Amino acid sequence: MIRLFARHRILLPAVSLIVLLAATFYMQPRAMSYFGINLLFNLAIPIALATLAQMMIMMVNDIDLSLGAFISLVACITATVLHDQPVLGMAILAALILAYACLGALIHWLELPAIVVTLGMSFVWAGLALTILPSPGGSAPAWLRTVMTVKPPLFPMAVVAAVLIAGLSHVLVIRSGIGTVLRGVGGNAASVGRAGWPLLRLKALAYALAGVFGVLAGMALVGLTTSADANIALRYTLLSIAGVILGGGEFVGGRVSAVGAVIGALTLTLAASFLSFLRLSPDWQIGAQGAILILVLTARLIFTRRDRTQG
Amino acid sequence: MTLLTSPSASIVTLTNVEKHFGPVRALSGVSLSIGPGECVGLVGHNGAGKSTLVNLINGGLVPSAGEVSFPASGATRALEAGVRSVFQELSLCPNLTVAENLRISHDNLRGVGWRKRAHTEIAASLDSIFPGHGIDADTTVDRLTIAERQMVEIAIGFAPRGRDARLVILDEPTSSLDAGIAQQLLTHIRTFCAKGGAVVFISHMIGEIFQVASTIVVMKDGRIVASRPTAEFTRATLVDQMGHVAAETTDAVAQRRAPGEEVLHTGDGLVARKGEVVGLAGLAGHGQAEALAQLYLDRTSAWWGDKVPKVVFVAGDRGRDGILPLWSILRNATVSILSQTARHGLVDRAAEARVAAAWKTRIGIRTDDVRNLILSLSGGNQQKVLFARALASDAPIVIMDDPMRGVDIGTKQDVYAMIQSEAARGRTFLWYSTETEEVCQCDRVFVYRDGQISARLDGADITEDRILEASFQMQEAAA
Repeated sequence: MIRLFARHRILLPAVSLIVLLAATFYMQPRAMSYFGINLLFNLAIPIALATLAQMMIMMVNDIDLSLGAFISLVACITATVLHDQPVLGMAILAALILAYACLGALIHWLELPAIVVTLGMSFVWAGLALTILPSPGGSAPAWLRTVMTVKPPLFPMAVVAAVLIAGLSHVLVIRSGIGTVLRGVGGNAASVGRAGWPLLRLKALAYALAGVFGVLAGMALVGLTTSADANIALRYTLLSIAGVILGGGEFVGGRVSAVGAVIGALTLTLAASFLSFLRLSPDWQIGAQGAILILVLTARLIFTRRDRTQG
Repeated sequence: MTLLTSPSASIVTLTNVEKHFGPVRALSGVSLSIGPGECVGLVGHNGAGKSTLVNLINGGLVPSAGEVSFPASGATRALEAGVRSVFQELSLCPNLTVAENLRISHDNLRGVGWRKRAHTEIAASLDSIFPGHGIDADTTVDRLTIAERQMVEIAIGFAPRGRDARLVILDEPTSSLDAGIAQQLLTHIRTFCAKGGAVVFISHMIGEIFQVASTIVVMKDGRIVASRPTAEFTRATLVDQMGHVAAETTDAVAQRRAPGEEVLHTGDGLVARKGEVVGLAGLAGHGQAEALAQLYLDRTSAWWGDKVPKVVFVAGDRGRDGILPLWSILRNATVSILSQTARHGLVDRAAEARVAAAWKTRIGIRTDDVRNLILSLSGGNQQKVLFARALASDAPIVIMDDPMRGVDIGTKQDVYAMIQSEAARGRTFLWYSTETEEVCQCDRVFVYRDGQISARLDGADITEDRILEASFQMQEAAA
């Protein structure tokens, strides 16, 4: 069994999610319905997209501390400019993705530590967000609202969207050729470079993908909340990192899993609800979330260690 | 394509190629031409320029002067000319599967179904080189053993990858393979060359070189000193060609010390007596640095440090494990004696300054003021500070991990004298060096090969020939 868990990294996050889900349903049987599940996982969609954005960066051995601020900025633009002047709004969002690509290229070219550059950028994004939307407000474009509140048959929107996002990003990152090369950059950048790949462009591409997923996360968030605020997604920076790790990813070495990242995001969202059902005071919830994270990581470490000693 | 180019044209031609790294001349005036069907055995001691030559051929480095061309294919880049390299340090992506690793070096694997094609191609390559290998192309590389990874890397080197491999450079390919698998590889090299491919084969196993090479190229001090058909070499003449530069300097050592008590005796046979200078030799990367690091860490890692350390360490890789770049010369030199001089846990600044000033004159650190930053010094003087740091403590054993890397000759002479005088006072030195001249100054030498001691040489037995002999495996691999 140890070998099974060590070989298929996706099993542990999946099992964690199922256990947590079972516990939630046991505590609150009424959550086991179309409406209940949608309510539980609604906010997981933007978090899942943010987690995937973070995964793109972690895939090439960097980390993005500006993601929360970036998503807040996107949310502010979506609720104001995109609502009033759709074309201009789209152009700004495209420019933001381009900015992310340039950031990746710059980090690679000047050999800067991504953690410092993105920390600095987080203040830039936050400042821009405040300029665009000094006080909470704005409203979601009608079409976005429709997309986010659609009611598909059989399964609620949150579940369908999670499966779709997981599937598409799995194809992009794990199955496709370019995704494989990008993971190779995380695994052994020198050998990828030696095989004739332009590392600068690969790094820029990884960041651009992160930008795309960050923009999608911000739009999805506004579609759900209908209005925005310059601080709406600041928590997402750490949530996204936790999501990647919970989903079986690692900080370095290009070991990431797209499906795992989505499962990680779902687990984090569910953990918050589960703790509320336990009537745990909100003051303790962040700590309890951290405890869950440590628990899962410990389990993973035990599995990989045991597997290695058994050879 | 073959119609346009003559079949007998050489695959790669180097004309008067030179390569400098700053003032260091790594390669001077090398001309070499490798044609189809040739298997070139490249031999030479550490720093002879083998890696530099290989990197010039595969395009990893650009020559400072001279020209590298690929006449047979007419290509300008090594990759397009079908030149492949398999490196000694493993260069696979450990997080990807075997088949995915092929994708990294094969950019024509595109579109739907590339995984299946990659799987077929790498499996075919593995099957043809290592029949019965038992490697699944869908396993991630980090789950393979070192030998299996090496096999995968070799298989990727020989795989078609869209255009056929014309020249495959193998740098110590058999270092982690067992004898049977190594034989499979040698057989494959012969078939590959018979079909018109070419191979550059670098190995410390002389037996393998003689088995497989059609031409042997001997390098020394950045030059090709011999390049002849294999049949014109014997093992003895080959070793002769590699060695004999610094033979005259060896008699500089006076064998004046009576052997003291044994201060060190490790499980793998390393023995040192009080007042001895013990050398660790052999080709770079054969376990000497690891053995020294293990020795050092075993004797210094304790919850409570001793006032006087049992062992001190002089780093060779200054940037990685030597200097503290933000500190002054003074602080860098005295960090080892803090626990000796500290009173009630507070640093004794006067003692620090005294020690630093004393060593500045004793070892000749060229600076106006020891309070200057360490980085204001040249590399050689930084190294002197590291020696001062080690020697300032009263530790009975000094471990030196190739400390003369990139140090000028003047500094070297100063330090040699210092080592001899400190040894005469009863200190023991363990000295790993890649330079034979330095090893020849030792009282006893242990030659390492493949992580183990392959020979122990005492006194007059310490000659360059004997060291070379023990560094290279002379026997045929028992197949």
